[in-house]
Amino acid sequence: MTDDKLIIKVENLHKTFGDNAVLRGIDQEIRRGDKLVIIGPSGSGKSTFLRCLNLLEEPTSGRILVHGEDITQPKVDINAVRRRMGMVFQHFNLFPNMTVRRNITLAPVRTGFMKQDEADAVAEKLLKRVDLYDKADAYPASLSGGQKQRIAIVRALAMNPEMMLFDEPTSALDPEMVGEVLEVMKELADEGMTMAIVTHEMGFAREVGSKVLFMDEGIILEQAPPQELFGNPKAPRLKEFLNKVL
Amino acid sequence: MEALRAQFQQSFIEGDRWLAYLKGLKVSLLVTLGALAIGVVLGILVAVVRTLHDQKRGRAPIWLVLVNKICQLYTTIIRGTPMMVQLLIMNFVIFSTSRNRMGIAILALGINSGAYTAEIIRSGIMSIDPGQMEAGRSLGMGYATVMKDVVIPQAIKNILPALGNELITLFKDTSLVTVIGLVDLTKAAQQIQAKTYQAFMPFIGIAVMYLIVVMILTWLLGILERRMRASDRR
Repeated sequence: MTDDKLIIKVENLHKTFGDNAVLRGIDQEIRRGDKLVIIGPSGSGKSTFLRCLNLLEEPTSGRILVHGEDITQPKVDINAVRRRMGMVFQHFNLFPNMTVRRNITLAPVRTGFMKQDEADAVAEKLLKRVDLYDKADAYPASLSGGQKQRIAIVRALAMNPEMMLFDEPTSALDPEMVGEVLEVMKELADEGMTMAIVTHEMGFAREVGSKVLFMDEGIILEQAPPQELFGNPKAPRLKEFLNKVL
Repeated sequence: MEALRAQFQQSFIEGDRWLAYLKGLKVSLLVTLGALAIGVVLGILVAVVRTLHDQKRGRAPIWLVLVNKICQLYTTIIRGTPMMVQLLIMNFVIFSTSRNRMGIAILALGINSGAYTAEIIRSGIMSIDPGQMEAGRSLGMGYATVMKDVVIPQAIKNILPALGNELITLFKDTSLVTVIGLVDLTKAAQQIQAKTYQAFMPFIGIAVMYLIVVMILTWLLGILERRMRASDRR
């Protein structure tokens, strides 16, 4: 590889569900330190695009190269790829049958990445960082949405991923809890974490994004740094969209 | 009154007959336990295979399609034929040379129970949000690990009442093993009836014993259910 900052290269990605073409040819590159923010109306394929990056959705055609390796090939060890790519979901998806501590340590221990005591130490450090160490032995049902999502972020970070995928991380939250989650994400961004974020938080996109993609009907209609995309939108569809959400 | 006392004396006390009931009860409980173990293991295996197959939506590899077909055939045959006929076939056709009636009874009841347990567990797995599997997989854990640590524990919690029902049915169905000559609680009562010509005391007696065991099982399941609900507390 000549470009050693390149993490992901997506080439001509298509995804159809039955007759429904959700992604119709996506090309994109993600480099180390990028903060890619994906916006667009609902049904535009932005979540599907994100979920293709760690193969939660299997692309219908096209290539996804992670460090030069095409992960859509059947012989690829997808678990190894996913270990380097943390994911945060709209609905948190914490495991309700275990404590917060175990939620965080389960994957590092089960995948052989850490011993239990190492994982416990990592969990403690990360929980203290998001100010939730006092919840280590609580079950998810006893937490607020904002707390759950901060713990979901911590759970992904415990695998020490190379990059993080956020799929509408604040969409299921009560308005007063959005801030605390965005705060954690902002800190992560400041530390240089590579991130791909699907969101409706335009303020966040403007502040944190290094590049903003506007998706509509399965393609990337426009992409630019946030100042340019928000300040000088070109596509009529994007102007219309921004008028509605801003 | 006096007559009843004499019957009781004959049916339970004389010749230490109460010991025969206890021995029979022990056999019934052992068969239940053994069959339960086989049933749960078979049930989980069949449920996971069928769920995995259905999740692949027509893109399953050939071995999975094959194993799934076998599982479907198993469920169809076991659910479509009477338990007693299965016991008779097991004892007089498949293992006709074996004297190990206890083993045959456990195997037959276990295989039977597995078919029902599989459907219960499958409904439990389907009740779990697919996001749980996705979250586990996104962290790099394999399908089997996420199933074992995340999905199945939650599924079991949801289906505990139905599983309890299956356990109680299983325990009562052990009375069918009399047809292969295993001396369980029911057979013990029949033998005592044959010796004493009294039907009332032995049969009412074992009915009460079955009932007491079922009540104890219900109570234990209630405790288990409450303990598993600990994580729901707010």
